[in-house]
Amino acid sequence: MRKIVFTALLVLLFAAQAIAADTIKIGFNIPLTGDIPKVGEASKFAAEMLKEDINGAGGLDVGGTKYMLDFIYEDNESKAESAVNVALKLIERDQVVAIVGPNSSKQAVPAGGTCDDNQTPMVTPWSTNPDTTLDRPWVFRAAFLDPFQGPVVANFAEKTFGAKTAAVIYDVSNDYSKGLAEIFQQVWEGKKGAGSVVAFESHGTKDQDFSAQLSTIVAAKPDFIFVPDNYNQVALIIKQARQLGYKGPFMGSDAWGSAELMTLCGDDCAGQYFSTHYAAAGATGKTKEFIDRYSAKYGYTPDDVAALTWDATRLVLQAIQEAGKVESDVRKERKAIREAMSKIQKFEGITGTMSFDEQGDPIKCAVVVKISPKGEFEFTESVCPQ
Amino acid sequence: MLQGFLQYVINSLQWGSFYALIAVGYTLVYGVLLLINFAHGDIFMVGAYIAFFVSSMLIAELSGFASGWMLVAMAVPLTMLLTACVGVTLERVAYRPLRKKGAHRLYVVITALMCGLILENGNLALLGASRKKFPEMVDTVVLNIGGASITNLKLMVIFAAIGVFLFLHWIVTKTKLGMAMRAVSFDKFAVPLMGIPLNTVIVFTFILGSGFAGLAGMLFAMSYPILEPYMGALIGWKAFIAAVVGGIGDIRGAFIGGFLLAFIEIGVASVLPSSFRDLFAFSILLVILWMKPTGLFGIAKTTKI
Repeated sequence: MRKIVFTALLVLLFAAQAIAADTIKIGFNIPLTGDIPKVGEASKFAAEMLKEDINGAGGLDVGGTKYMLDFIYEDNESKAESAVNVALKLIERDQVVAIVGPNSSKQAVPAGGTCDDNQTPMVTPWSTNPDTTLDRPWVFRAAFLDPFQGPVVANFAEKTFGAKTAAVIYDVSNDYSKGLAEIFQQVWEGKKGAGSVVAFESHGTKDQDFSAQLSTIVAAKPDFIFVPDNYNQVALIIKQARQLGYKGPFMGSDAWGSAELMTLCGDDCAGQYFSTHYAAAGATGKTKEFIDRYSAKYGYTPDDVAALTWDATRLVLQAIQEAGKVESDVRKERKAIREAMSKIQKFEGITGTMSFDEQGDPIKCAVVVKISPKGEFEFTESVCPQ
Repeated sequence: MLQGFLQYVINSLQWGSFYALIAVGYTLVYGVLLLINFAHGDIFMVGAYIAFFVSSMLIAELSGFASGWMLVAMAVPLTMLLTACVGVTLERVAYRPLRKKGAHRLYVVITALMCGLILENGNLALLGASRKKFPEMVDTVVLNIGGASITNLKLMVIFAAIGVFLFLHWIVTKTKLGMAMRAVSFDKFAVPLMGIPLNTVIVFTFILGSGFAGLAGMLFAMSYPILEPYMGALIGWKAFIAAVVGGIGDIRGAFIGGFLLAFIEIGVASVLPSSFRDLFAFSILLVILWMKPTGLFGIAKTTKI
């Protein structure tokens, strides 16, 4: 009896190895807990949907051979140091051929360094800070950059609100928020002269009370307040600003665009504008198809992170296919993927068409959306790089 | 200038009310048991979650019949009661067995730290990482006093803190139970010989402390309506420090310490970049402790409370 069990186990073990030989392992470095869990969830859901598509069709076709996909999701807890650990874990323990994520620049900047040092291709779906890919040949992204997003926001606010002065409140310990706030200040003061950003206030990631900063802002009487912050803080900031008597408009950035924004923020956010990667309401073609399938499967409209993760993962898969064959040595395979990825000139994603510059940054359009009273993100205008 | 100052005072009073309400829980338990109940910040977090479930249920059941303020009036005692149950359960499950075995106070403090982590991670495991949005029960009215804005909610928070202070002061100084609490604090071993039921007094202390943590949780959730499992950790630590600066074991100290910390924190954040907020706030508190190591109202080694 024992012998039979033993043999069966051995057979299983070999069988498992045989299957493993035909799989491609891709790692996901995403925030499933911590400050922005909804971002991690959206990434995971989108990736799962893509994996089911491809594995359901028998696997990914690389040079005539079909390979099954194996996605490994690791939680970086929305922390910079955990993102580095997760990256190392995926590279060394799981031996993945490429990593998708981290999403927020706060994690993507340090994790990008780790991936670059370990010569593993990394594609961040959502990070907009330039430092993530700067001088890092192994790191790519699927989102536009803050130096592009900053002017988009400034131009839009100038035109729509007729604003002359602006105030900014940002998270000082978040690379994304801090970087974008500084770029915005530069752009705005370049347009309207020094001192036209009448208040430039910061807060910490764990802060819940912003009354001190917001009192300063309200007292400076800005025409609008720019809030490049994560959706969970946006909900608190807007509510408290209203309680301090501020009646003017707010302008947000792409970190607002979570499916959870309206659940947390409610009516306070309705009517505000933010710049983002795509608008779900009124989408057409492949984008609409993705949105419909995602909503049917998971019960809510996918946010930009979901769409960008889909694009980022497809980018990796396309690079694998264009490399022509899958190397059995992980190091060689990683190198082949990087080579193929750097050669991709044009990519049709569901968040728009992108072409890549020499830093691995896509050149693509941004959209500004308005939050409708029903909580839908409605397309207002599209801004493309000149 | 004046209106800016008025706004600063209002902001600080509201923020300080939360510190004060939580610091009271540390101070009561320390006063009676000489135990620093490090799980208290997480009891506050549990209180906020209980408030969330209680309020959601009340709104679902009664929103047609009762106005917002009536719902709040019903949710507050219910939340306080349920949070008190959590505090008492902790005492029963974690602290009393250790006390019975005569364990050193150090082990009880470590147990308290563990209990806090269990509450946090239990919440994370049960309810998931997604944040909860506290329902809006009452309409916020923004009032304007001399150019400074204050909402009805802020006023409620400040009055609640003052009310709690008066109530506790009355309990401790004027009632039999308060006398028993002070007696336990004075000599835990002689007290049972006088016919005072030691465990009842301790349970009552936990009921008071956790009940007010529940109240703080409810008010906090109404003011900052986004709940997450770790929301109690940092504010709990800060309230503990406030209690120590005020002189832990003294109710006046807890309140003064709480408001003092809020005034320093908000003051620093309004003049300096916010990264200096905690650095300066705690440096100032450190200086206070240098000059008076027992805290502002603390007296070394005598009756606490």
